Amino acid sequence: MSLTIENAQPVNVKERNKALIKEVLQVYPEKAAKKREKHLNLYEAGKTDCGVKSNIKSLPGVMTIRGCAYAGSKGVVWGPIKDMIHISHGPVGCGQYSWASRRNYYIGTTGIDTFVTMQFTTDFQERDIVFGGDKKLAKALEELQELFPLNKGITIQSECPIGLIGDDIEAVAKAKSKDFGGKTIVPVRCEGFRGVSQSLGHHIANDSIRDWVLEKMAGKKEEFVSTPYDVAIIGDYNIGGDAWTSRILLEEMGLRVVAQWSGDGSLKELERTPKVKLNILHCYRSMNYISRYMEEKFGIPWVEYNFFGPTKIAESLRKIASFFDDKIKEGAEKVIAKYQPMVDAVIAKYRPRLEGKKVMLFVGGLRPRHVIGAYEDLGMEVIGTGYEFGHNDDYQRTTHYVKDGTLIYDDVTGFEFEKFVEALQPDLVGSGIKEKYVFQKMGFPFRQMHSWDYSGPYHGYDGFAIFARDMDMAINSPVWKMTAAPWKTTK
Amino acid sequence: METTEKTKSQNADNVLDHFNLFRQPQYLQMFEKKKCEFENPVPAEEVEKIREWTKSWEYREKNFAREAISINPSKACQPLGAIFAAVGFEGTLPFVHGSQGCVAYFRSHFSRHFKEPSSCVSSSMTEDAAVFGGLNNMIDGLANSFSLYKPKMIAVSTTCMAEVIGDDLNAFIKNARDKGSIPQDFDVPFAHTPSFVGSHITGYDNMMKGILSYFWDGKAGTVPPLERKPVDRINIIGGFDPYTVGNMRELKRLLSLMGVNYLILSDNSDVWDTPTDGTFRMYDGGTKLAEISDAIHSKATVSIQGFCTEKTISYINEKGQQTVVFHCPIGVRATDAFLMEISKLTGKPIPEELEKERGRLVDAIADSNAHIHGKRFALFGDPDMTLGLTGFLLELGAEPIHVLCTNGGKEWEEKAKALLEASPFGKNCNVYAGKDLWHMRSLLFTEPVDFLIGNTYAKYLERDTGTPLIRIGFPIFDRHHHHRYPIWGYQGGLNVLVWILDKIFDEMDKNTIVPAKSDYSYDIIR
Repeated sequence: MSLTIENAQPVNVKERNKALIKEVLQVYPEKAAKKREKHLNLYEAGKTDCGVKSNIKSLPGVMTIRGCAYAGSKGVVWGPIKDMIHISHGPVGCGQYSWASRRNYYIGTTGIDTFVTMQFTTDFQERDIVFGGDKKLAKALEELQELFPLNKGITIQSECPIGLIGDDIEAVAKAKSKDFGGKTIVPVRCEGFRGVSQSLGHHIANDSIRDWVLEKMAGKKEEFVSTPYDVAIIGDYNIGGDAWTSRILLEEMGLRVVAQWSGDGSLKELERTPKVKLNILHCYRSMNYISRYMEEKFGIPWVEYNFFGPTKIAESLRKIASFFDDKIKEGAEKVIAKYQPMVDAVIAKYRPRLEGKKVMLFVGGLRPRHVIGAYEDLGMEVIGTGYEFGHNDDYQRTTHYVKDGTLIYDDVTGFEFEKFVEALQPDLVGSGIKEKYVFQKMGFPFRQMHSWDYSGPYHGYDGFAIFARDMDMAINSPVWKMTAAPWKTTK
Repeated sequence: METTEKTKSQNADNVLDHFNLFRQPQYLQMFEKKKCEFENPVPAEEVEKIREWTKSWEYREKNFAREAISINPSKACQPLGAIFAAVGFEGTLPFVHGSQGCVAYFRSHFSRHFKEPSSCVSSSMTEDAAVFGGLNNMIDGLANSFSLYKPKMIAVSTTCMAEVIGDDLNAFIKNARDKGSIPQDFDVPFAHTPSFVGSHITGYDNMMKGILSYFWDGKAGTVPPLERKPVDRINIIGGFDPYTVGNMRELKRLLSLMGVNYLILSDNSDVWDTPTDGTFRMYDGGTKLAEISDAIHSKATVSIQGFCTEKTISYINEKGQQTVVFHCPIGVRATDAFLMEISKLTGKPIPEELEKERGRLVDAIADSNAHIHGKRFALFGDPDMTLGLTGFLLELGAEPIHVLCTNGGKEWEEKAKALLEASPFGKNCNVYAGKDLWHMRSLLFTEPVDFLIGNTYAKYLERDTGTPLIRIGFPIFDRHHHHRYPIWGYQGGLNVLVWILDKIFDEMDKNTIVPAKSDYSYDIIR
């Protein structure tokens, strides 16, 4: 394999990546190698997807980064709805590990009228498994109603045993809703064993919003004065305030944001969403289902957008504006112009420090593709990417972002990811907490691209400045020059 | 720092992140508008009214009458503890039989506490496994883990899913061996660890017993059981210990100073403290596999945390070994008792050097106890740790008022009461077994204390009730590197003393910092 720089580098990158995939697969037992082979590839320009299979069961016994349906429903979609109580229904663990571990920022008085950073669980004991937990659930709902009278509603997030022992949580939800004067109580069948990742949990959660919130509202009269400029933010979980730095741009261009799904969201916002003129969808994977439903049922169009980095932000603002009149279109241009000097200053400062740096990503939702533009705005290149729980339509969408030859790895295993990073020697790895310390030990700068390493927000223009600063601090930290002892040969 | 007037947004020279960005006027306006127009908020006076009500005795009584809902409990589930025990053995990969989401949670939880990689795999069971059982997942899973991660041992535990459908680990692992997933002689100890029984400390106990009984009782029927031939050596078992990195090393130092021949069973101090030097070590340190077998011959086993090792200790006892149990020895008396017991077991005298160390801790207490004497404390945590901390508070002249343990039962309650009754400083204290942090909130409002000791989740209690929090426990997510310091032994006692004092002094300074109002007490010398 020739690696001379002069002759057509893309060909070499492709061959190198192909050889790398082959090498990695050799370590697997034959049956497993055959399965994993379908998930590893490189993007070839002109193709309609990234050439990998996705949304298939993970192999047993490998270190998958994936979570479960419960994580998708409670941890992602429902958990951030701030004025409702979300019960982790089943044994104590799931609720404990997902307790306040996602940075869904919100404003409210926790424990009184908002509940996001609390952990409510029916804490199943052996007797609940043997005799069933419906009675306990009913009692739990009564206790919550008494102790938290200002809650706007309750969701029941099923853990694995609930489905296995056959509890009828729907019946309990209906009965208690009646007892509590029609309170919204939503049973969610998001048991962890369902599906192959958290992705099915998103879908199940979307369906439960459809069936137990939106359908319930249909036909109900409500005081609400619409405007022609009403939109809803869909699929932004407000990690570190992401949805806020997005919302401010939409408002500045003249739109009225009626609802945020689901970061800093409230039940009332969910209920009123069918009255908007356009749903603007950030995380396609987790909330395309409810957007499609609202399109079919209420005729509300939806549009995807990307608020990472100035290039994509401007494109997205214009795309969103194209659904409205000239006033909004002008508003979009004004917003773009207004932030341009700040963006220019940020790029002038950080691009020289980051130019040419190579990045490898592995994240969930939209981030494996959406953040690529932001890196490119800073002169950086993404040389490998993949999804924890993406589907084929995610990999189709990814083709608009990646370059010919980019290494693609679906549901990457811990083993593969280490080998790929070791071989490609990126300047930065972006993934999650479980990956962070592995790569830092190996001497690679790392940013958590789920939680922004407790920094952020990264969305919108205000977020881009933080993104740029954080990437600089990660890559150019003096610590990475100290990993090898000076008396040892340096890498 | 304000954003620039011209753009009312970021400034490249001084990037504001969430700490300050959202306090800028444009965001404050946006929040207010969102709330008023779209959230259908509860009126502020109503929120205030309910907030006041939740501080009352009436609310406390309703809160304590709860039977079905647990709110902010301080415990996790069994498999977490099983993994904790498993990674303390050389080259051991924990393998959790069940759905994969659990393992993602366990790995994240440990990584967030230790700031370290946490390796663990699952058998990725899904709906088909729920219907047909997870045997195929076990067969393929063991083969894959063995090939990819090259462990010396795989320690299998279960999740609630595998337990509900009744998968039999012993039979499954045997089946996997027969199918060639792993070599016939490859070690795969196991433990059933249902999440709906006990807590993470139960899981620790089950896995520890699982590993010992696997090696001692004939490796699941594949070799003859070991015959015990007593030798002059003691085993040490640490239990589920958030300070394992500091504590294990401290224990080893103490025992080496005494010249004791010892074996630590599950030493995870290295695997959760690996260097950043260009290499990722999936496995590092740990108890050698040969030592596990050897441990049957030791004359005695010492458990540092008895509630983490109930079944393990009684199993070891059955094998004819003497056993001794402690409850997280923190402070002077508890360390004295620990060292004297070790001395008694081994015949090794306590060296002068340790006596000096003891004297230094006593010296530190004598120097500082005036600041702690009579202060009222609330604390919560795992059963052993709450006992250890309570004992130390009593010897500092502090007054524990509320001691709460979500995963404590009757036996814990009795031990805690006996400890408190033995000291005049314990007479105003109540103990709460099986209660959660929402109960603690009511306690702190109705019977306030000066300081609260607990894990990171208690920061919500600090915010709600204004009780200053001293972070000791598991997990600690929002402070770094405390796990590298011991809390056991005289040195550990010194660390705990300093953590408590630092908070007390910080509070004193905060209370006296207002110029021309309270700063006459803002002293340089404390």
